[in-house]
Amino acid sequence: MSFVTVRNIFQSYGTRPILERVNLDVDEGEFVSIVGASGCGKSTFLRLLLAEERPTRGEIRIDGAAPAREPGRERGVVFQRYSVFPHMTVRGNIVAAESFATPLGRLAYGARRAARDRAQQVLDRIGLGHMADAYPAALSGGMQQRLAIGQALQARPRILLLDEPFGALDPGTRLSMHAFLQELRAETGMTVFMVTHDLEEGFKLGDRVLVFDKPRWDPTDPDIIGATITYDFDARNGGFPYQATQEDPHVPDTP
Amino acid sequence: MRLINRTPGPALRVFLTLLPFALALVVYMIASEARLAANPQDRLLPSPATIGDTAVRLFTTGDRRTGRILLWHDTGASLLRLALGVGIAALAGLLSGLAIGLLPHVRAAFSPFVAVLSMIPPLAVLPILFITFGLGELSKVVLIVVGITPFLIRDMGQRVIDIPREMIVKAQTLGASSLVIALRVALPQIMPRLIQSVRLSLGPAWLFLIAAEAIASDLGLGYRIFLVRRYLAMDVILTYVIWITFLAFVMDWGLRSLSRRLYPWAGGGL
Repeated sequence: MSFVTVRNIFQSYGTRPILERVNLDVDEGEFVSIVGASGCGKSTFLRLLLAEERPTRGEIRIDGAAPAREPGRERGVVFQRYSVFPHMTVRGNIVAAESFATPLGRLAYGARRAARDRAQQVLDRIGLGHMADAYPAALSGGMQQRLAIGQALQARPRILLLDEPFGALDPGTRLSMHAFLQELRAETGMTVFMVTHDLEEGFKLGDRVLVFDKPRWDPTDPDIIGATITYDFDARNGGFPYQATQEDPHVPDTP
Repeated sequence: MRLINRTPGPALRVFLTLLPFALALVVYMIASEARLAANPQDRLLPSPATIGDTAVRLFTTGDRRTGRILLWHDTGASLLRLALGVGIAALAGLLSGLAIGLLPHVRAAFSPFVAVLSMIPPLAVLPILFITFGLGELSKVVLIVVGITPFLIRDMGQRVIDIPREMIVKAQTLGASSLVIALRVALPQIMPRLIQSVRLSLGPAWLFLIAAEAIASDLGLGYRIFLVRRYLAMDVILTYVIWITFLAFVMDWGLRSLSRRLYPWAGGGL
């Protein structure tokens, strides 16, 4: 049985179907990129994975567990914006990943010191150690997203959901964020779902690239048909599965 | 160069800041001078020197009968009522706002109710307060509370709703319960806004305080003003008005400094 199973998901807002008949099996440790045109339901699908919304029909299970009714610690998330808490210091944001699960959201003195030390280690690893006492407003967009990813991972989620995490970053920062994410992933072996607008990014980072689109087009009422997964590419090996041969083809693996 | 792109230098800025104050003072002095020239007994626009003498007398000389310096007693009584009223209103606004903003059930139950409640003119219910709570301290405090709480509840509630959905979801993925989200995400983020709203409420709070004191009291700044009105003691009234303005300004400035010190992440504003 696969790690994440999506079975026959339908989602409608009012009478308007957004998603229909979505089925998916994802193994533990896979990186799934989700692409598609605007309004094709890929963000809706991510909200369903996050359990922020519940599907009209169908169910999503992680590791065979009962379908979640609300977001919880087993799902980590990074949004394009507003992913860190502006009223906490950079270190406080990482500590929050541990303290928020306590009844009052605060750690006792000893535990707090230990958590602060751990947070400092995390910050040093993600290159924000020198900004530990600053507020997120003082960070650049790339640094804020790095902090958000570090914060999400500090809660040790089963799956990590990224909603266009690099959409607001400039191309250079985006490249360094790709390297950062690949590095973290090699370290943790995390199962990741990433919604992106950028096809190249999707193929570069993902093991699979899912394309969301409407399977049919009704000329009289285009909104009557919801979107589903229309393509499921194997994106390993740079997205060229059919060129992988037994012999050495004398071309580099990644273009 | 367009007017919108011209900015005053430091010296000119200070001059422009002081200009309206100086102008108001000069206009008053001219008017006062003119009236006093026509009638030296005129009481309507006392000269600044008279006001100064009166102010010194009010701040330093005790009452002939009791020996108490009434201005300080008036100030103490009024500030206590104001602090109690504003404090209770702020606390009520904060807690209700959090509940209305975070909990859909509470929002469905009370949001329209508070919206209607806030339309009641507080001064119109003043007689009811006097009848219900008597003429003592309580009714004055209650008038301030009734006057500004609905605004604070609505503002705080809206502010909580305005917290980006992403942040609330993020907190949930870190395992936060409703209580933790209220305490550690929503509360700290609306505190600067609460201070700002209280600053905006201080004007109405003073209005309600002075109205209540004017109608039924035996001590307080508003009471004194409306008492000496009978003797047309403009010098006393003006001293009190300037004193009240000063107190209100200090409170406003104090709250702003407090907000900046406690919540440096919130940035400036206003």
